[in-house]
Amino acid sequence: MFRYYLKLGALSIRANPALSTLMVAAIGIGIGACMTIVTINYIMAGNPIPHKSDQLFHVQVDNWDPTQPYEEPNEPPEQMTYLDATALHAAGRAHRQVIGYKTMRVIEPADEDSTPFQIEARATTADFFSMFDVPFAYGSGWDKSADDAVERVAVLTAVLNEQLFGGENSVGKNLVVNGESYQIIGVLAKWTPIPKFYDLNNNTYGHPAQMFMPFSVAIARELYSSGNTNCWKPVGDGGFEAFLASECIWFQMWVELQNESEKEAYLQFLDAYVTEQKALGRFPRPLNNRLSNVEEWMDINEVVDEDVGVLLGLAILFLIVCLLNTIGLLLAKVMRRTKDTSLRRALGAHRAALVYQYVIEAGMIGIAGGLLGIVFTWLGLRGIENLYNEYDFIENLVEMDWVIVMAAVGLAIVSALAAALYPTWRACNITPASQLRIQ
Amino acid sequence: MELGPIWRAILRNKGGFLLIALQIAVTMAIMVNAIAIMQERATQMARPTGMDEANIFVYSGTTFVPDIDKKNVITEDLEMIRNYPGVVDAIATNSYPLRDGGSSRGLQLQPGAGEDSIPTAIYYVDEHAIDTLGTQLIEGENFAPNQVVWNDPELNTSPPTGVISKALADALFPDATDSIVGKTVYMNNDDPVEIIGVVERLQAAWKGWESVEQSMLVPLRLDSDRMHYVVRTEPGSRERLMPEIEDMLAQSNKNRIIENMRTMDEVRHRAYLGDSGMIKMLSFIVVLLTGITGFGIVGLASFSVSRRTRQIGVRRALGASKPAILRYFMIENFIVSSVGIIAGAILAIGLNMFMVQAFSLTPLSWYVIPLAMLILWIVGQAAVAGPARRASNITPAIATRSI
Repeated sequence: MFRYYLKLGALSIRANPALSTLMVAAIGIGIGACMTIVTINYIMAGNPIPHKSDQLFHVQVDNWDPTQPYEEPNEPPEQMTYLDATALHAAGRAHRQVIGYKTMRVIEPADEDSTPFQIEARATTADFFSMFDVPFAYGSGWDKSADDAVERVAVLTAVLNEQLFGGENSVGKNLVVNGESYQIIGVLAKWTPIPKFYDLNNNTYGHPAQMFMPFSVAIARELYSSGNTNCWKPVGDGGFEAFLASECIWFQMWVELQNESEKEAYLQFLDAYVTEQKALGRFPRPLNNRLSNVEEWMDINEVVDEDVGVLLGLAILFLIVCLLNTIGLLLAKVMRRTKDTSLRRALGAHRAALVYQYVIEAGMIGIAGGLLGIVFTWLGLRGIENLYNEYDFIENLVEMDWVIVMAAVGLAIVSALAAALYPTWRACNITPASQLRIQ
Repeated sequence: MELGPIWRAILRNKGGFLLIALQIAVTMAIMVNAIAIMQERATQMARPTGMDEANIFVYSGTTFVPDIDKKNVITEDLEMIRNYPGVVDAIATNSYPLRDGGSSRGLQLQPGAGEDSIPTAIYYVDEHAIDTLGTQLIEGENFAPNQVVWNDPELNTSPPTGVISKALADALFPDATDSIVGKTVYMNNDDPVEIIGVVERLQAAWKGWESVEQSMLVPLRLDSDRMHYVVRTEPGSRERLMPEIEDMLAQSNKNRIIENMRTMDEVRHRAYLGDSGMIKMLSFIVVLLTGITGFGIVGLASFSVSRRTRQIGVRRALGASKPAILRYFMIENFIVSSVGIIAGAILAIGLNMFMVQAFSLTPLSWYVIPLAMLILWIVGQAAVAGPARRASNITPAIATRSI
């Protein structure tokens, strides 16, 4: 029977090529528009570290202005002061803890003909690599002793290693950064967390830092942050020293806590720390410490651009228009076949048989529309890539994977079946033989 | 007119016509809101920075050798550029409009912690700034060369004087009737800054900032590793001078790198890429959507004509003229479209109210809804014209034929 209905469906689609084409095109375009935006939304909101995102927590303590919160209604600052970041890191109360910031550095290639160039470096602490499961191609990260001894060591990304050393194992070689030599101890394998969750301050979807260096080295070199720095209290005289002692926030801190009780204990530790600082005259605001896991932190930072939300809403409405279109056209086909249907009913076809027939026909149109939709989604993503080609990260946001392809076909079939509901109902209500009288 | 029979005919096939009306309604809701968003973005993009954008280019210069005399490098670079034939003037600064990164402070009318403050962008520059940026000094005066000093990083000095944008002046002194030149404001709670001049317009470095029109030039020169240079050229010579100056700088000093040399037009293009992209995507969506709705109407009207072939033949045989048949279908479409358009207007306003709340979009301009109505009426009539013409060409002889 299934094959018979397939044949009927194919015949019916072929009988009205213009209407059928219009239906398939409408579903295809609707799915294409919708899935283009869904893809971007899906990548932007994707979990960058799914296997342990619920064990990694961004730490916030509220050292802000007594007269006004950092952000309404009562949000603690998103970054930390030097005083707090280093104290909490040194306390070592979490399973792992990392502090860090970004800073621009100039690399002078050994090759005399190459010109020096600027890169984004990340000054961070030893646990960074194990905590965020950063993959290494060669060598490894540094350990705590390198942090303590202020050792000039560097970890390069695969991209920078490719650029400087043609991709070969550069571990053990030296690299001149701002006139000083650093020993390369590790080279990463390809690593592009999307979004760059460990530092959401600027360039959320950009490439990760190209070089990693010990936090202590960056502070010893008096490097300011090339990300955001916010102060609520004037910094006193005394240059970098005064800046380190100030209430300015410029560091990101993450801790790894393996279960709920560790998290509880860490929050208590933070409360105790802040209470102790209050006694020293800092932290004028009420206790307002926070631990947010990766996905919570992404939500708080609204990593998905508002425009994508607007476009997603419009794209869904767009798909609805395309479906209304399809319903109308399917209805037209049903009405055109009133005589056939009524004859079939008169000859003994059950309503179930009619439903079966229309569902299969709609399904075929849905599959065709879905396949066309995949093509349109691909085209749509290429269009967006083109539109934003000045953004160096755009290529990361416009990739289709199998989930998207399956979702496109699935959505198309569901849409087509939903569109077929009303026309099928109308067809089922055609009374047997009613239309035969006229002839 | 035959409105009555047409209306009754529509009521006999409610389902089909309702679908068209619904489709037009949703199309209209999308169209109206897309136009509203596009308008908002276009308005933002049209805001001038206050700079002579057509004749300005920018670049960043970064020194990277330890213990280099940065003040010397900056002074030498500026001197070379200012003396280059065709260059009007140049400055080294911490930032410039549309760069999306820079420095901001709060200015207070009264000294002391906890006083109300007005946010402003700060540009650290010298006496060449007004001339380089090309903004108009409308009150007071420019910095005298001897007022400009190097910032001492060991002392967190505030500048003693400042030149502010008109918008900042209005925000600080909303009720001022006479000139505000000579008035004092406070920075870092207690440090007095005397306002010595007002420029017509100078945007802050962040286009999306709520206080984007509020900025202040201060006579402090920075010697950071990374400085931003703004160069103004004589009209028409910018594109020719850029590679020449880049070459000259590259030859003169190997201990700093020159990056991101861009015309101000390119800076603007990059800054508003998100908005211009949004406008393009939304226009594409609106055009596509209108097309789909149009084709849907064509499809359904064709179907309705072919289903009624016999009736049309009978009407023709009974004396209806070709224009009468044509008119029948046009009016039918007009009625159905109107139902959809009116529902669409309500839907559009609802959706807009939601977007104003959720995405702080500015409310609709009054003319967007009538405009969308007109567009959809025209699209509907144009879409139905073909099938209606075919209907009017049905010969009366059809009536005599059995199907």
